[in-house]
Amino acid sequence: MRYLPLTDTDRKAMLRRIGVTDIDTLFADIPRDKRLNGRLNGRLALPKAQGEMEVERALSRLAARNVPAGSVPFFVGAGAYKHHVPATVDHLMQRSEFLTSYTPYQPEIAQGTLQYLYEFQTQVAALTAMEVANASMYDGSTACAEAVSMAMRITRRRRAVLAGNLHPHYRETVETLCRLSGHEIVALPPAPRGTEDLAAYIDSNVACVVVQTPDFYGHLRDITALAEKAHAAGALLIAVFTEAVSLGLVEPPGAMGADIVAGEGQSIGNALSFGGPYVGLLATRHKHVRQMPGRLCGETVDQDGRRGFVLTLSAREQHIRREKATSNICTNSGLCALAFTIHMTLLGEAGLKRLARINHANAVQLADSLGEVPRVEVLNQAFFNEFTIRVPGDAAEIIEKLAAKGVLGGVPVSRLEPDRPELGDLIVVASTEVNTDDDRAAYVCALREVV
Amino acid sequence: MLDHPVASPTPSAGTAGTEPQTFTGNRGLAIEEMLIFEIGRDDTTGVDLPEPPRVVSRLGKLERAAPIGLPGLSEPEAVRHYVRLSQKNYGIDTGIFPLGSCTMKHNPRLNERMARLPGFGDIHPLQPLSTVAGAVALIAELSRWLSELTGMPAIAMTPKAGAHGELTGLMAIKAALGARGERRSVVLVPEPAHGTNPATAALLGYRVEALPARADGSVDVEEVRKRLSPDVAALMLTNPNTCGLFERDVVAIAEAVHAAGAYFYADGANFNAIVGKVRPGDLGVDAMHINLHKTFSTPHGGGGPGAGPVALSASLAPFMPVPYVMGSDAVGLPSHYREHPGPGSQSLGRICAFHGQMGMFVRALAYMLSHGVDGMRQASEDAVLNANYIRASLSDLMSPAFGERPCMHEALFDDSWLEGTGITTLDFAKAMTDEGFHPMTVYFPLVVHGAMLIEPTESESKQSLDQFIASLRGLAKAAKSGDVARFKDAPHLAPRRRLDETKAAREPRLRWTPSGPHRQAAE
Repeated sequence: MRYLPLTDTDRKAMLRRIGVTDIDTLFADIPRDKRLNGRLNGRLALPKAQGEMEVERALSRLAARNVPAGSVPFFVGAGAYKHHVPATVDHLMQRSEFLTSYTPYQPEIAQGTLQYLYEFQTQVAALTAMEVANASMYDGSTACAEAVSMAMRITRRRRAVLAGNLHPHYRETVETLCRLSGHEIVALPPAPRGTEDLAAYIDSNVACVVVQTPDFYGHLRDITALAEKAHAAGALLIAVFTEAVSLGLVEPPGAMGADIVAGEGQSIGNALSFGGPYVGLLATRHKHVRQMPGRLCGETVDQDGRRGFVLTLSAREQHIRREKATSNICTNSGLCALAFTIHMTLLGEAGLKRLARINHANAVQLADSLGEVPRVEVLNQAFFNEFTIRVPGDAAEIIEKLAAKGVLGGVPVSRLEPDRPELGDLIVVASTEVNTDDDRAAYVCALREVV
Repeated sequence: MLDHPVASPTPSAGTAGTEPQTFTGNRGLAIEEMLIFEIGRDDTTGVDLPEPPRVVSRLGKLERAAPIGLPGLSEPEAVRHYVRLSQKNYGIDTGIFPLGSCTMKHNPRLNERMARLPGFGDIHPLQPLSTVAGAVALIAELSRWLSELTGMPAIAMTPKAGAHGELTGLMAIKAALGARGERRSVVLVPEPAHGTNPATAALLGYRVEALPARADGSVDVEEVRKRLSPDVAALMLTNPNTCGLFERDVVAIAEAVHAAGAYFYADGANFNAIVGKVRPGDLGVDAMHINLHKTFSTPHGGGGPGAGPVALSASLAPFMPVPYVMGSDAVGLPSHYREHPGPGSQSLGRICAFHGQMGMFVRALAYMLSHGVDGMRQASEDAVLNANYIRASLSDLMSPAFGERPCMHEALFDDSWLEGTGITTLDFAKAMTDEGFHPMTVYFPLVVHGAMLIEPTESESKQSLDQFIASLRGLAKAAKSGDVARFKDAPHLAPRRRLDETKAAREPRLRWTPSGPHRQAAE
């Protein structure tokens, strides 16, 4: 077996040093009647070891049954976005010393990881216009749930109000945690046209209001007044985003009064990968830093006075505080954070802004073209790179028909909201820098044929 | 024999103090690197993008006004920056990474290639299921392997890491108790457990009661029986435990837990010791998370991403989070993929967006297919053999925590052998970095004083182990001979000397600021 260096000669010599005659002696604590004794006695036999060629063949066969985003005109978003990732990003993140290192518990020999985490935290704080960001969460949805828990701790209140246009998977993630941890959720119904009165639900029992912008249906929202209303009631405003590229062009949550920002960072540097691994972004104000979940990297000096970085404020964390920790999170998304920070460094402010402008312009062009298709309506006024269309008939069927014509045309809202038939004719459509004029033309043409 | 490494060591040329000072601060190939905020420029980009098409903006007066503060680098500068940073890191590819409880095994590069196939890496979580049949089939196939290896009928695939898996498992338990109309409020956690166990239980509102451990870290079944009551929801147990020993009484413990109407949660962090040797399901486990980034070789990546699928017993299977593959015999057809709890479903709901850590699933399945069931059993045996070889080879100089008793996949030492030397476990660990090794896990588990927990994994050759052992023996003798300076000031030869963690916590500087570092208030 190519991954196992020991030879049988080695094994015999090592058993002799240990002073036992056979390997099973070392497993003597396992109850005899429960041991597998050399074979799996289950329902299904599992195959034996295979060479690299055979494994590659088997997995390539599975991969070939999927349609890659890059192979078709592609307009699917709703929480994950197809962007071009520079070759440099993938090369650098596969450097052995990044890929095969552990959480930097021994900082003197993990300065590479720690410095990029410090750069990542600084970039995320700048991007969101917040004061401090952590070293990443699993993804946007779990970052959102952690933000809600954090707000409950800070305010010592037990109710969260969720905007109706929060991504349905995020809403469900928060609902599950709150239901099972005894916290109260008020989730407003979806408002695909972007109008809802969240302020009416804010009172002195509310810990936080969770609002997404650009929201699930693509609407951009000014959350300034909502933040003021929340603060007046002693509640916190949690701002959520799923498209990090939007912050290159759109007013950031920190400038609109958000107290905690929870976002998905996949768009910068990370592959679609069927939904994971991604990178959750979490940022807040200095005064809340000790209630933050997750790792934080900080600057310090070494014995010789040279600048260096360490994990810090770990008195918040599970390995120190156990049941009193701010979260149970341990492993986060280090390598995805690295991909984010490399891509962001390559873009720089100039590149990010241009990238965001291209995304917006492509989406505007697409919205205008789709809006001209008979009986198709674009619901959005203000949007970034994503918007919602109403189609005549069942959106899921139309998406399947488009797929049959080789166009992946968006996400039927019913895929995520199956219990709301009134949303059955809506499609969330995204357009990024990868879309060409030909892609748009193919979409419009195919949609004309199927509606 | 033990004290002479395979290749004889080259004596160190000297320590930092005797080396010439350089003008750059660099030392040979060890190059100092500033932050991107100090070397980047606002108008520089390493990405060539076309001019944006001219359109009438639809941003609704929400255009970002102020500068963002994100300097850029050209491509050659960026490459150099991150390559230099990488060179300040120690990884498995550098050498043995014996962090106990972390299972730092080789990360096969085939797995990386497979995860990057466009058919896996470039598919969207919400494109029509008809266009991702292979992805659903892969999830079903990995789930089948995990089910077979654990002897448990259902696998919740979506948890994003081990702690997330723990949370999901306890959620399933809470949902199951709820379905029985019961509200139990206590979770029993043995003292040597990973910190994530009590933290997870607390997150769901449970009161955590610590179970005292025996001297060997194991749980006393009589103590469990005493603590069980109608108010206990679950017992969380790591097996093999954090002291590296298999819980001999695990079956009796499971029976006692079940007799009290509670559930048995197993922390699967140490599964690498027993794959193909025994199945947790056969021991009475109701829920166990599996760290794909430990046992099944997906890279740790400097702290993630991980993946923590949870195996569930028949009694907890109905409470599986969505999405999941329906039916044990499903071949992974999209029509067997359930994304929402249907009518009458007892599913606990959704625990994260989308389908889980697909990129990690591909890597883990590539590992499994490569090893086969025979290779995985051999891997577990080699992991246990390697740990015992280290234990046996150091036990005359260092103090194994449990005498001559064989361990599983990790060998635990305490610091009694350092008594009177003035050298601590931490000093010893830092001196190991000067020798070119990543230290073992230190000061965990808490039940052993000055703990040193060594997990070599199956990836080490005998030659590598011999070199490691010889180095530790050399250090141990130096410690006992009074060579205190070697330890107290260590590391001398790492990219940084010992870092001031107290200062970092007292004066938190958590981001770079243009005006230079200054204290940032954190109450």
